[in-house]
Amino acid sequence: MTTAVAGIRQITPGLAGRARNVVSMTRRNLVHISREPMQLSDVTIQPVLFTVLFIYLFGGAIPIPGGGSYTDFILAGLLALNLTTSTMGTAVGMATDLHEGIIDRFRVLPMWRPAVLVGRSLADLLTACLCALVVAVTGLAVGWSTSAGLPSIIAGFALVLFFAYSLSWVAACVGLNSKSPESAASFGFIVLFPLAFVSNAMVPTQHMPGWLQAIADWNPVSAVTAGARELWHNPNPSASITAWPMQHPIEASLAWSVLILAAAAPLASWYFRRRTTE
Amino acid sequence: MADAMIEADGLFKSYGATRALAGVSFAVPAGSVLGLLGPNGAGKTTAVRILTTLALPDAGQARVAGIDVVAHPAAVRRQIGVAAQDATLDGLLTGRQNLVLIGELSGMASGQARARAAELLELFELADAADRVVKGYSGGMRRRLDLAASLLTRPPVLFLDEPTTGLDPVGRQRVWEVVRELIGTGVTVLLTTQYLDEADTLADRIVVVNHGQVIADGTPRELKERSRSAHVEVTLAQPGPEAAAVIAPLVGGHVSVSADGLRLGAAVDSAPGLATALVRALDQAGMLADNIEVRQPSLDDVFFALTGAHIPGDHNGSGPKEMSARQAGPGEGAAEQAREGAQA
Repeated sequence: MTTAVAGIRQITPGLAGRARNVVSMTRRNLVHISREPMQLSDVTIQPVLFTVLFIYLFGGAIPIPGGGSYTDFILAGLLALNLTTSTMGTAVGMATDLHEGIIDRFRVLPMWRPAVLVGRSLADLLTACLCALVVAVTGLAVGWSTSAGLPSIIAGFALVLFFAYSLSWVAACVGLNSKSPESAASFGFIVLFPLAFVSNAMVPTQHMPGWLQAIADWNPVSAVTAGARELWHNPNPSASITAWPMQHPIEASLAWSVLILAAAAPLASWYFRRRTTE
Repeated sequence: MADAMIEADGLFKSYGATRALAGVSFAVPAGSVLGLLGPNGAGKTTAVRILTTLALPDAGQARVAGIDVVAHPAAVRRQIGVAAQDATLDGLLTGRQNLVLIGELSGMASGQARARAAELLELFELADAADRVVKGYSGGMRRRLDLAASLLTRPPVLFLDEPTTGLDPVGRQRVWEVVRELIGTGVTVLLTTQYLDEADTLADRIVVVNHGQVIADGTPRELKERSRSAHVEVTLAQPGPEAAAVIAPLVGGHVSVSADGLRLGAAVDSAPGLATALVRALDQAGMLADNIEVRQPSLDDVFFALTGAHIPGDHNGSGPKEMSARQAGPGEGAAEQAREGAQA
């Protein structure tokens, strides 16, 4: 019986086989994006729109405690905002996959099943990288400047991308529990936008009411944003706040990302198993 | 059964309050084709889902290639090809990309998957559409691509869940041709269908399911005989008023006579040598018969005999049958007649 099926090497894929499954699934998701380029609007058009809106509409009205240009202040915030909200795409994509007949095909193949999840998260990480590039280019076009060295600049981007990646596993959990792609999309507005806005990303938290400031200072998005500002040597008014994450934003940001990933990834794979068992 | 490639043993499965399977058992010997026949909602798809590791049985056992589907689903997946009822394809990929993806995920090397995909696209007459997005495919093209996907790794066991449902007669014929080509290559096939003629044409044995239970099991011929509802039609050279009385003892029942008195019809048990006996009796009575036809019962007759009810919406079952007979080539048409009629 073991030789009957042509070309299949072993019962459950080994490490190399799993990696190949992940590559195949990632490629599949990237092809999806290329077929429907409008899917990319939230990582291409939205960043440009937000950058222009915030800098030209609110830029003059928001004073930065400790001084500095609003453009330099806002860029890390824009990156965090756009990457956070773009994880909605993972929730929608996951829900869509479960909605279509293709999932039953995957389930009868001798593949490594978590490749469905990992492939989705990696494809979404690549679109997040595109988003980061768009933010950076738009920022440079409107006068963003940084005195940090290249490694430090890259580290700033990596910090935010890592957070977005871990958050995309939370989004995957939401997608795996959604009845439809549409209900997965509402996750973006109900959870992600408040998460992104109740933070130091758009405005310094010093102007917020006390209770809201406490929430904002412990919001992982604030740590991520403050961490990027520090790495980019951009104005970081949160540095004067005594809350631990604001004093150690890089460490806090990494800790949040690792924690979220460690909790959400196993949970997603558990939800996936549950959702595909009948 | 020692050489059974597919075995279902007392399968039970409920979805909420709906009992889909209530103790279904059957076995498919290696290299043969089993037709799982039943109306919509009979439990056919549920049985296939359990055998293909998509669903877990509430009770009972299932083995594919001797491997328990619950204990070793991953090993079972290496042995099977599945063409599901709803074509399980990625609408945003091209036909070729679908096949290559499925091949790669099955563990084939990329080059190998690519070569096999090209081969199957050619075989299923999809080569021209290979690089078009599947969303734009017709129902028949999707079905063929799904069939191709099920064959990528040349699996020894194939599950075809209603492979022609929703296809036009030409599409049905094409799928039938492909399945016929597979038969005889040593592949074991479980085919579910609502189409009576499809099971009759493709399957070595038929298991009839209804309300989650097996209500009959046998070769198409055995099932027809069991239903005891063959039909005989005699065409006389000249009208003979006494002909009905002559054949009545032989058919053991009511004989209907056409208005012109030329054609006589009766329901009969399929008895061996009936046509000869009829010819002899008519000859002794001095009557000439132009034609005597003993028509075997349709599978709907079988279903009616087994359940006391017609298959719901049997126009689905008998309609395409007439069409397929028209579409069939000359050789096939002759075979159809030989199976259905015995000429005196």
